[in-house]
Amino acid sequence: MLDRREIYQQLLLDHNRHPRNYRAIEGATGTAEGYNPLCGDRYSVYVTIDGDRIDDVAFRGAGCAISKASASVMTHLVRGKTLGETEKLFDEFRQIVTGKAGLCGEPGDLAAFAGVRDYPSRVKCATLAWHTLKAALEGRTETTTEQSIDHD
Amino acid sequence: MSLPTVSTEKSAAAINEDRPTPFDVKSVRADFPILNQEAAGKSLVYLDNAATTQKPQSVIDYLNRYYALQNSNIHRGVYRLSEAATEAYEGARHKIQRFINAADHREIVFTRGTTESINLVAETFGKMRVGQGDEVVVTELEHHSNIVPWYLLCREQGAVLRHAPIDDRGDVDLDALEGLITDRTRLIAIAHVSNSLGTVVPIRNVVDIAHGKEVPVVIDGAQALPHLPVDVQDLGCDFYAFSGHKVFGPTGIGALYGRYDLLKEMPPYQGGGSMIQKVTFDEITFADPPTRFEAGTPDIAGAIGFGVAIDYLNALDLEGAFNHEHDLLDYAARTLDEIDGLRIIGTAEHKAGVLSFDLGDIHPHDIGTILDQESIAIRTGHHCAQPVMAHYDIPATARASFAFYNTREDIDRLALGVRKVLDLFR
Repeated sequence: MLDRREIYQQLLLDHNRHPRNYRAIEGATGTAEGYNPLCGDRYSVYVTIDGDRIDDVAFRGAGCAISKASASVMTHLVRGKTLGETEKLFDEFRQIVTGKAGLCGEPGDLAAFAGVRDYPSRVKCATLAWHTLKAALEGRTETTTEQSIDHD
Repeated sequence: MSLPTVSTEKSAAAINEDRPTPFDVKSVRADFPILNQEAAGKSLVYLDNAATTQKPQSVIDYLNRYYALQNSNIHRGVYRLSEAATEAYEGARHKIQRFINAADHREIVFTRGTTESINLVAETFGKMRVGQGDEVVVTELEHHSNIVPWYLLCREQGAVLRHAPIDDRGDVDLDALEGLITDRTRLIAIAHVSNSLGTVVPIRNVVDIAHGKEVPVVIDGAQALPHLPVDVQDLGCDFYAFSGHKVFGPTGIGALYGRYDLLKEMPPYQGGGSMIQKVTFDEITFADPPTRFEAGTPDIAGAIGFGVAIDYLNALDLEGAFNHEHDLLDYAARTLDEIDGLRIIGTAEHKAGVLSFDLGDIHPHDIGTILDQESIAIRTGHHCAQPVMAHYDIPATARASFAFYNTREDIDRLALGVRKVLDLFR
């Protein structure tokens, strides 16, 4: 059985090796740059909105495997979702990576990141792309993990 | 055992060449309780000694005993507990003096650590000597704690901060350093051993160059004291900053060595209790060094604990310990160099205690987290030496750093862990 505490699972390694939606979007509705000073992770997230729905989302940049895989999974999951659904997914993801959600929930792409809960400093790597997406959706152009609080 | 007083540069080479009787690492490890614990069924491989070293049982026991049986404030107490604490605190100063072979115990100022020691020099000696248009020289090799205080000083005084470059092996370009010295140079600040690359800087040569032009030299000795015999008189430096926790003592305590004639002319660092001779609202006269620079209640237990750590080192076969460590560094370099895809960063001829490397595109933080799951503790990041990272055009390195209680098995486990990282990312 898969050890849910193992961080570098196949899913994460695969998304790191072959990131999905790794491109810029010309004429995106919102674009933001996210920076994590711990690892030096730096990503741009591009998003196009159609009404209340995310029509297209993509990212580019460089950083550690956790941040890159998380960005890739995120773009994969939120495409076609409403803003409300996206917010809900982010909340769910935050619960998973900070350990507020149990380890026995449904396995899924988000749950693959559960192992970072043992490494509070790496939680920022996992949530960087999500914070950056949130910034892009709110019309901000940049964010850093210093500004975001993922755990009390 | 008596303190080895051989010069640092020579001894580093000598340690390399002749190998005396093997050092009894097994019995030394038994003195460090943290090394004898397991996590997830794996024994701890602690290779982050450049960040902080582990503490021997004697230091741990001492801290307990002090707070249980001896705690009291030092100086001016006329009861026996306070007299005993004062005596032990001042005794620690003498131990440190002898350990680095300072000429006088009054040349040892207790601080919170290397960082505060350097800040102390910048705030006092620096402000006294560095003025508008003057110059301070550091190097590209420095830890941020030997850059930022000088940057702040220069900004405040309207002075210019210059830096000597390193070459691609990680050695400071001494010719360039000499070339930077002008008639406006008021001070040179330089590391004895690099925390990010392990380079041993030939401090005596630096001091010769600097003193030839009447420029005083401040040494960041944080990474040298755990790995090399340090003799401040032989080095000839004017200031030498170091930390207790990097030489098996408690955190929160360190010291500054300063030549007495220089300390004597320096203004106070912080104001408060202890550092005065007489206080009225019209006039204050300050105490002589080192008391002048020790305002307020110091970390008494920490200072005495620092002394206990030095007792521990003095009771060791220290030369054997340093030889063993050097052998480890050689072995680690050879072992890791055999791994395809691994690049060693910093290849100076004289190195001590530190081995930095990277694995191409694999982020060092990923290396660090995966190794942690194998119960191997290394440090990953820029090591508070961003100019060094910029020199090599990398964001970070993975750094294994050694102490005399490490073993070849530790390095074999590290190599195995690194191969696992490479396999995962392949």
